[in-house]
Amino acid sequence: MRFAPTPDEPRLTPFPGGIRLPAHKEVSTQRPIAALPLLPLYVVPLRQHIGEPARPIVQAGDRVLRGQMIGRPEGYVSVGVHAPTSGRVLAVEPRPVPHPSGLADLCVVIEADGEDRAVEPTPLDWHVMDASSLRNRLREMGLAGLGGAVFPSFIKLNPGARRSIPILILNGAECEPWITCDDLLMRQRASEILLGAQIMRHMLGAQQVLVGIEDNKPQAIASMMEAAIGSDIRVVAVPSIYPAGGGKQLTYLLTGRETPAHGLTTDVGVQVFNVGTAYALYRAVVHGEPLTSRIVTVTGHVAAPGNFEVRLGTPIADLLAAAGGELTGATGRVIGGPMMGFELKDTAAPVTKAVNCVLVKDAVHFPPPPPALPCIRCGACARACPMRLSPHELYWYARHRDFGKTQALNLFDCIECGCCSYVCPSHIPLVDYYRFAKSEIWAREREKKAADEARARHEFRLQRLEREKQEKAERLAKKAAERLESGAVSAQDPDAERKRAILAAAIEKARKAKEGVQPRNVDDLPEAVRKEIASIDARRTGGNGADPTP
Amino acid sequence: MPTSPHIVLADNSVRAVMFKVLAALVPGVVVHAWMFGPAIWVSLLLTTLFCLVIEALVLAMRDLPLKPFLSDGSVLVTAWLLALSLPTLLPWWLYALGSLFAVLVAKHLYGGLGQNVFNPAMVGYAVLIVSFPAHMNLWPAPVGVAGHTPNLMEALDLVFAGQGAVSPDAYTAATPMDQLRAQVRTGLSAEAVAAASFGLHAKEALVLSYALGGLLLLAHRVITWHVPVAFLGALVATATLLHLIDPGRHADPLFHLLTGSTVLGAFFILTDPVSASTTPLGKLIYAGLAGVITVLIRSFGAYPDGVAFAVLLMNAAVPFIDAYTQPRVFGHSRGRRT
Ligand code: SF4
Ligand code: SF4
Repeated sequence: MRFAPTPDEPRLTPFPGGIRLPAHKEVSTQRPIAALPLLPLYVVPLRQHIGEPARPIVQAGDRVLRGQMIGRPEGYVSVGVHAPTSGRVLAVEPRPVPHPSGLADLCVVIEADGEDRAVEPTPLDWHVMDASSLRNRLREMGLAGLGGAVFPSFIKLNPGARRSIPILILNGAECEPWITCDDLLMRQRASEILLGAQIMRHMLGAQQVLVGIEDNKPQAIASMMEAAIGSDIRVVAVPSIYPAGGGKQLTYLLTGRETPAHGLTTDVGVQVFNVGTAYALYRAVVHGEPLTSRIVTVTGHVAAPGNFEVRLGTPIADLLAAAGGELTGATGRVIGGPMMGFELKDTAAPVTKAVNCVLVKDAVHFPPPPPALPCIRCGACARACPMRLSPHELYWYARHRDFGKTQALNLFDCIECGCCSYVCPSHIPLVDYYRFAKSEIWAREREKKAADEARARHEFRLQRLEREKQEKAERLAKKAAERLESGAVSAQDPDAERKRAILAAAIEKARKAKEGVQPRNVDDLPEAVRKEIASIDARRTGGNGADPTP
Repeated sequence: MPTSPHIVLADNSVRAVMFKVLAALVPGVVVHAWMFGPAIWVSLLLTTLFCLVIEALVLAMRDLPLKPFLSDGSVLVTAWLLALSLPTLLPWWLYALGSLFAVLVAKHLYGGLGQNVFNPAMVGYAVLIVSFPAHMNLWPAPVGVAGHTPNLMEALDLVFAGQGAVSPDAYTAATPMDQLRAQVRTGLSAEAVAAASFGLHAKEALVLSYALGGLLLLAHRVITWHVPVAFLGALVATATLLHLIDPGRHADPLFHLLTGSTVLGAFFILTDPVSASTTPLGKLIYAGLAGVITVLIRSFGAYPDGVAFAVLLMNAAVPFIDAYTQPRVFGHSRGRRT
């Protein structure tokens, strides 16, 4: 299908590096989004987003309705979790979850009653609602980024001290091969996505809305362009060069604005949301439905690949079954795409807000990597790196455990996109080395922090002992002075001279002790310890032992 | 447990890269044989054989697996570049010695594939030219220029017996570079020598065939434009400058382009990834300086060709160049270097 580019197409600024990848999108785009039948059992993790897990507010035996909150956001960076259908809570217990670590995590296990009754929807009047309560509702309704990062949306929708963020970008690039959930969503629900974008724009105070879609999705582009007619939202086809869907890459591509290292796109006045998030926001605000389902691509070596509207908490085994099941010769499953996804260890793990794709591997499309050879310094990796790093140098130092050097070469700017590993003729698992180096550095930093704290505690103790010594000396000196004044040492006392000398010495000692304490350096103590010292100081000078401050 | 990325570029391997380099050398080898007689096949076969055997022995000694390393093709590239840099018709043991220094010393004593600081073929060449300058100055005259070009049997005879039915002097000629140097000393102008020097057509054909191979490498993205452009550009610029200053002593840039291993060096030797700079700016500096040094050695030095020494000198500077030419990382401000 052809589409005419709009005449005011913004000029694209190609980001550094990047690679063209075989897309394999057609495998899962042959049929429209399908719904999954209601299942008997759902396993809903309380940690489906970045940040603090939600706190469970139901217990075994409770009856729940679809859309009822079962996990309350805990702490600031957190969102709510809701029941995907009506039924009974069987347990709140650790279960396998889709996570690279393969560890279990706390889940609410719900037995469906088959009636799928929902709580009363609570549409929001976003035009008139004040921004902060709107954000708060979105937080409770569980909105988190559906592109894979699952960062709580309400935080990203807060322009904060900036008051407004001029550019809103909808990310429909979907640059990872095989994945098509955003493609299908844009084909089928374009106007809903754009309604969601209008709400986002309102909340951010954005003047401009851009939608970036890779040019290997002509149907999605056409459908979004049609939905954008009559609005000033601009749909832009971007070249299919991985990782065009990276937030910083897409921002650069569409606006030419380079996000500072370790910064956010908002630092350059841009906020980026995945199209799926815009759709979920639309459902939440206009229909008053909390986030309880998402679109998931099931593709690769399965009988009937496609896209499915999946309730969060659906065991992946059931999802695979809905896609006709794995074909013989399947060699593994990846959650996410082939470039950045991770291997799923247990199909009992459920679909979460972060799961956009279940990719079943086979030996033809995913042959085991050939054995690694030494680096020949060909530089292919550096040419492919979208961050303009020197992957071969990073590899060299990571391998030799020279982590200081890896940091100097900006290891922490690496987004683990995998471009370097992909093009390496020596088949070196470069990204593995970067993950290893990063985790080593984190571990060391934790150790260092622990050691710093231990040192601070030790210093604190020394200081306390010193202070006690000083106070004791002061007390004695005071007494001595009193005695001197009160004439306790009488003139007739033959020892008077000696006693007077002792008392004077005590006073002098106290003065010296006091001076001695002052120079002790507390500058390099951690903030918390300094505060503690200050509060103790306040207590000591403020009263006689009673604690005035809580 | 497999980790991301779960896919790799198809048909991509060290072997694929090296075989592309070998394929790109084929036009040069064929033209060489056509222009200078079949002797190149003998030397090419000898260096290939010696290099492979030495590589296998060293791998065995180092307890490394033979198959992946022998089949990666890197040792073949070394062998071919060595053969194309050396004169043909040398006694066989010189090819053996060159191979030994290239593979054992330059490559494996530095740690093997990917670890060598210096270009192995150039190390082999440099050792021979320093130790056996008399042998290294004799090149077979191009077909049709000298009275007689050795056929395959005669070439084998010369290489292995050292003495053939005829003495090597009958077929070989000093290189144009040497001729130039000698004539300049005896008072003939460089221009006159360059114009009169034999075999310019053969040289041109050879240089063009190397350039063709280089373009193939560029098209297949085995190399980038930086090294050939910087090297040839700097070489021409330096030669032009010297020629303008004193045309009587210094040959014109075309002469430099067509002489020795200039073009072979630009596309195949300086571009050896292991021993070259890897950053875009670094490549420009590395190859540009090599171009300048090449002309300086040719014009003022004692050796007939400067490419090898220029390459080795710049190889030594690569770690330094790379460290100071790291590109600006995305999102970092310019000028902040860590
Ligand atoms: S692509 Fe691989 S072999 Fe080439 S420089 Fe990078 S790490 Fe080394
Ligand atoms: S994984 Fe890191 S080093 Fe490799 S290409 Fe991506 S950003 Fe660059």
